Amino acid sequence: MRELPAAPVIPLHLGGAAYAVQSLHTEGLPGADEPEARAWAVLQQVLDPEVPALSVCDLGIVRQVHFDAEDGGSRHAAVKAQDQVRLAIAGQLTVWLTPTYSGCPATEAIEAAVCQALQAAGFTKVRTELRRAPAWTTDWITAEGRAKLKAYGIAPPGHLQQAPDGAVPIRIVRRETIACPRCDSGDTERLSAFGSTACKALYRCRSCREPFEHFKPI
Amino acid sequence: MSTAITLQASADVQYVLRLADTALILAQRLSEWCGHAPVLEEDIALTNMSLDLVGQSRALLTHAGQLHAKGGGKAYDEDQLAFLREERDFLNPTLCELPNTADEAAHRRSRPGDFAFTVLRNLMVATWLKQAWTELASSRDGELAAIAAKAVKEARYHQQHNGDWVVRLGDGTDDSHARAQRALERLWPFVPELFEDDHVDEAAAQSGLGPRASDLRGAWEAEIGAVLEQATLQQPKPSTFRSMGRRGVHSEHMGYLLAEMQSLQRAHPGAVW
Repeated sequence: MRELPAAPVIPLHLGGAAYAVQSLHTEGLPGADEPEARAWAVLQQVLDPEVPALSVCDLGIVRQVHFDAEDGGSRHAAVKAQDQVRLAIAGQLTVWLTPTYSGCPATEAIEAAVCQALQAAGFTKVRTELRRAPAWTTDWITAEGRAKLKAYGIAPPGHLQQAPDGAVPIRIVRRETIACPRCDSGDTERLSAFGSTACKALYRCRSCREPFEHFKPI
Repeated sequence: MSTAITLQASADVQYVLRLADTALILAQRLSEWCGHAPVLEEDIALTNMSLDLVGQSRALLTHAGQLHAKGGGKAYDEDQLAFLREERDFLNPTLCELPNTADEAAHRRSRPGDFAFTVLRNLMVATWLKQAWTELASSRDGELAAIAAKAVKEARYHQQHNGDWVVRLGDGTDDSHARAQRALERLWPFVPELFEDDHVDEAAAQSGLGPRASDLRGAWEAEIGAVLEQATLQQPKPSTFRSMGRRGVHSEHMGYLLAEMQSLQRAHPGAVW
């Protein structure tokens, strides 16, 4: 048996973001004098609510992080809240995110989670912006992200199969072989073109008989 | 109704609304299948495709609202444009609003309807949108180009999935073939509208906003023709009938669709979850 990360519990009245704060570790992160590096380190801990094996960075949806210090210089303070000394980093932090699918219902929960986690790590002013261009592609999922997906039981996406002119045939009769994430057998079959979320399809392994999900390449 | 909004839509706004409403109204029709599809996998597929289309229309409606404000009109958001517009201000081709069936009397008895009709219409619209998004990815309007570059990936998958089903049904049993053929004959008269130009298309082509409707015809006919042939379905003769949904003149089905889609916002204006 492999230990899988627990799926985050997302209370609706918290905008589905509480999980990002509960699991946040701030020890050993870059400090207030390196705000952007600190922000990236925090974002690496914010998980995708629908694929909680991956962070938003593994998924490749964080496109840019920018920090504007206030009044030309940063004046950070340590404030005492709930018996804990917390940083208060003065200045505006902006995070640019790109949506995976046009209709992905997790987009808003991710924005909320990103803001809450960064605020919990001491950033006083955080905002997110959606950046649609260039369009997100599964090629932006990091190598580490692909390994995490496989360990979680989801077959990672292959690279996009395209003709040299970029055209994709209307009917793909021969689909690429998807290896089973559990036993690595190539003897698998597709059960459903769509899965539990827009980004996945459902497969079954004919060797180990286990069903599994495949992250579709787009 | 007192809460209804009115638009002074320029050609650019109308052009974007036509795309937004194509996605929105088809999404609304597909949502009727939720919990009713013939098999679980297709229930998930139809609702997932509906979700993609809703996402596309949300981005497009938001953009249309911004263009409307830029042109001196009132600023409307995506919800106002979806839920408070009157029927004549919806600009989707009539094809999208037809009930999910080739047999309307049967539709009244049992919703959501006919699966062959649904996958065939999905194939037609996805093929049309795929061509449109491909061209629009190089629009002079950066936001529209960004929406298109994302949406084309989704349309491609919808086209493949529905194309697979059209072949499976058309080249299937006698019964599935007959039903797919009947669906094709019901849908075919609504196809010419997809490729008819007017001043909105002309303005868009002139300014580099996007392609004319007629520019999409060649590729659409080639791709649909290839699928129909493989599905052993007979292309019906061209019809002299002309639908005019893209100009705001809809079929008798549109009012019922909007009544259902808009009822909550009309009864409780501004309600949020």
